[in-house]
Amino acid sequence: MEIKKGLFYSNDHEWVKVEGDVALVGISDFAQHALGEIVYVEMPDEGDEFVAGDVFGVMESVKAASDSFTPVGGEIIEINEELEDEPQLINEKPYDAWIFKIKLSDPSEVEKLMTPEAYEEFCNKED
Amino acid sequence: MHKFIPNTKNDILEMLEVIGVKDVNDLFLDIPEEFRLTNELDLQSGMSEIELRKHIFNVANKNKSIDELTCFLGAGAYDHYKPSVINAIASRSEFYTAYTPYQPEISQGTLRIIFEYQTMMSGLTGMYAANASLYDGQTAVVESAIMAIQSKRKCDTILVSKSVHPESRKVLKTYLSHQNINIVEIEMNDGVTDLEDLKGKLDKDVAGVIVQSPNFFGIIEDIEPIVEATHANKSILIQSVDPMSLGILKSPGEMGVDIAVGDAQCFGNPINFGGPYLGFIATTKKLLRKIPGRIVGESADKDGKRAFVLTLQAREQHIRRERATSNICSNQGLNALLATVYLSTIGKEGLKEVGMQCINKANYAIKKVTESGKYALKFNKSVFKEFAIEGKNDVAEINEKLLNENILGGYDLSKEYEELNKVSLYAVTEKRTKEDIDTLSEILEVI
Amino acid sequence: MNYDKLIFEISKEGRRGSSLPEMNIEKKELNELVPEKFIRTSELNLPEVAEGDVVRHYTRLSAMNYGVDSGFYPLGSCTMKYNPKINEEVAANPKLANVHPYQAEETVQGSLEIMYDLSGMLSEISGMDTVTLQPAAGAHGELTGIMLIKAYHRSRGDLKRTKVITPDSAHGTNPATINMAGFEAVEIKSNENGEVDIESLKAVLDDEVAGFMLTNPNTLGLFERNIKEIAELVHEAGGLLYYDGANMNAIMGKTRPGDMGFDVMHFNLHKTFSTPHGGGGPGSGPVGVKKKLEKFLPVPVVSKNNEKYFLDYDRPESMGKVKGFYGNYGVMLKAYAYILTMGAKGLREASEMAVLNANYMMNKLKDYYKLPIDRVCKHEFVLDGLIDNHEVSTLDIAKRLLDYGYHPPTIYFPLIVHEALMSEPTETESKETLDEFIEAMIAISKEAKENPEILKNAPSTTNIKRIDEVRAARDLILKWEK
Repeated sequence: MEIKKGLFYSNDHEWVKVEGDVALVGISDFAQHALGEIVYVEMPDEGDEFVAGDVFGVMESVKAASDSFTPVGGEIIEINEELEDEPQLINEKPYDAWIFKIKLSDPSEVEKLMTPEAYEEFCNKED
Repeated sequence: MHKFIPNTKNDILEMLEVIGVKDVNDLFLDIPEEFRLTNELDLQSGMSEIELRKHIFNVANKNKSIDELTCFLGAGAYDHYKPSVINAIASRSEFYTAYTPYQPEISQGTLRIIFEYQTMMSGLTGMYAANASLYDGQTAVVESAIMAIQSKRKCDTILVSKSVHPESRKVLKTYLSHQNINIVEIEMNDGVTDLEDLKGKLDKDVAGVIVQSPNFFGIIEDIEPIVEATHANKSILIQSVDPMSLGILKSPGEMGVDIAVGDAQCFGNPINFGGPYLGFIATTKKLLRKIPGRIVGESADKDGKRAFVLTLQAREQHIRRERATSNICSNQGLNALLATVYLSTIGKEGLKEVGMQCINKANYAIKKVTESGKYALKFNKSVFKEFAIEGKNDVAEINEKLLNENILGGYDLSKEYEELNKVSLYAVTEKRTKEDIDTLSEILEVI
Repeated sequence: MNYDKLIFEISKEGRRGSSLPEMNIEKKELNELVPEKFIRTSELNLPEVAEGDVVRHYTRLSAMNYGVDSGFYPLGSCTMKYNPKINEEVAANPKLANVHPYQAEETVQGSLEIMYDLSGMLSEISGMDTVTLQPAAGAHGELTGIMLIKAYHRSRGDLKRTKVITPDSAHGTNPATINMAGFEAVEIKSNENGEVDIESLKAVLDDEVAGFMLTNPNTLGLFERNIKEIAELVHEAGGLLYYDGANMNAIMGKTRPGDMGFDVMHFNLHKTFSTPHGGGGPGSGPVGVKKKLEKFLPVPVVSKNNEKYFLDYDRPESMGKVKGFYGNYGVMLKAYAYILTMGAKGLREASEMAVLNANYMMNKLKDYYKLPIDRVCKHEFVLDGLIDNHEVSTLDIAKRLLDYGYHPPTIYFPLIVHEALMSEPTETESKETLDEFIEAMIAISKEAKENPEILKNAPSTTNIKRIDEVRAARDLILKWEK
């Protein structure tokens, strides 16, 4: 299982990549393994506003459907349309397959997330 | 032992020995003693087939069926023609004694039929996809409202036209009162949804708008302006539709409707005193993932052979539990089978012809019944197979007299619409003949 | 059978499978009767086939199906018992089937009498005071029952009750129902005996609890021995106790939910009372209640006054309607015929033999398959995969059973047993059938050790092999297209 450096991680196994006041959000390798082959990602709409912890959509595999929570708040500025037709990209390259870009309403929220090292420990406990 | 139970005395003894107990009652010792029944239940002793047949004959004779009466009653339950083929197929116990097709390798029969059914229903309604069926037309309306709410998470209101079947509105009210969703009714104008009233009620809280066409009074509503107004408000438009009309009338999909629902009892299902019927729901590609209940998809087996399987199951209650889109578990599999065989038999030309006969005969009946001026058409609108007639007597009184002549009269609209006192809703299907209609109008004349 | 057609693929322009009588009135064109904008312009996608084609096509499809009439169907929690043929005959009686729901009451006295009597018989079997027949299925009955619980609390002005409890072994419909009725589902753990953990229950019981949904025997097929204490605790906390009737086949004539302290329950006529499952429905899910909930029942209630039956709508405190008309009447007719055929003694014997058959199978299989809780079961039991074999999954075992000609048990339910194989033989199966099935199960356990590939590649004898479910869900082909 890969935990990519340079990202922040949430308790719900999302990763966050910060680029200025914008963040890219996806799910971790751990999460995609747990879900199995993903068949559908329900995405937010551009312009939707969320606070950290809100449900932004649903991730479906054949055997599970789980709500997905945004680890950071803000306004959705772009969604990854590729995932609409090829949700399996999340299984194949979880750290390239970002789900949405969000304009951070409070960039300091990111500091509450885990570092790769902390996340690794977190996953070990979950296993 | 009862005839449905094959265990013999010896079998029982051998089995008890394997289990290691002496008596069958020893298998029930985990029931606290105070709750164990010591006497037999207070029911009659079992009947033989001879006795049961006689009993059923006697009870059934207290009914008068629509085989004995000429039926002009509709209002959501219809006396359409059912080809003999339907019963022959539906009696095959490989179909009716099967469970839900959870083991697709030995359920391709059921799965293929549902796939055919989905194809037919999505095609008829002009929608992208249909599910494997819901309980009935009323609960289908409810499920569509819940779909609308789930797709518009920030909204909490459903608008429903008063021209929608009263039972649908009642069931909707029961369900939604538990979910903190407001239901606001749209007023009617001359028997159809009042567009201005609708526009006035559309606001940011409205998730969906429910209309029916042909509506409860049989009138074909002008759906397109309703769709336009609803979409301008970013709300979802739900149309309840009599699928029998779709051979000739414009489909919900062609008019931009987002969710089409209704009851397909009319397709080969017995009228059965109100159930089991066949709820259907069909929707756009965009809303597909919100559709409740079962759905069958095409795939392939590991040898690459075409195969069908239940799909999109992850959003159902088995897996999602309290977060499922609905708690519905079963579908009306056998009723969907009847509808599929009906549509296969009646076919492309047949469905158009049924529609043409309904609409022609209904219009002929309007002409005949209103000819003398004693009765009047209540709403001057285009109808499909039902129409509202206003007379000078109470409908109950008229119907009693019709019944004496072995005619099942129309639905008494005053039961649900106070203002429609002395107005009766007649249904004329392709089964009614010129003679039936002429007789009806002659008798009405002398009441 | 190697047949791979859909009805659309045997269609040919110009064929037809039906005919209508000539219309002997003047026929008008559609555009003379309705405005042009109401007329359909898109093509109908219905098939064009001759009558004989229809019959042969669907007869061929029927050969790709497996029903209770085809063979043993030990599908746990589903009670796949024999569906008596007399039931079908009764339900097809034209004087009962061809009746319009809005006919005048005096013309439907026979139908109303049957509904009235069926309610009475179900009340007696369950120990409840009144039964409504309106709900269309088990899950629909659950929803009606939980809404009744809400109506009860609301009528007392007790608005703070927002939670309903279920055990973690519950069927998925329970929590889904709770949510749909506007409550919050609270799950409690089962104890090591597979029963409700009393301490966990106590920990969540407070004045916000509206009710507790329980199946007894539970989904492990085990009787909840502490039912008395459970009922007392729930009632003391001001909640009501809901009985999920999925497992009624274990207790008819032996004990009654009403006596155990349950306040509201649903029946599954399509399980316990032998009505066929129809390939997924229709079911019928009547709901029984104790006196204090009676006035909240859905309208109409079938009532009797001076030997005349009527539909009573005059019930001001009713929760409303949950379904169009009066319920799945056609299914009720079958259950009615069944109960009359069985009588009190027959129903008791049915439950006794259902339990005997299950215990027999369980004892014969427990040396080969893991039995998580070894005690007397009721009408079904749950195994947890093979003993000491991690290579072969429950799915593989189920698929291999198809090769042996059986419908497999329910798999992966209840969720608390990882490799669950839930078997319910029912009372209508003979010892010989059980023995043959047991032999097949033992043979499979040996194959799992000696040649696990056979299981992983199973089924190999069916006309369709294992299906790619991921592809079905990703590609979503939901209709046939030219």
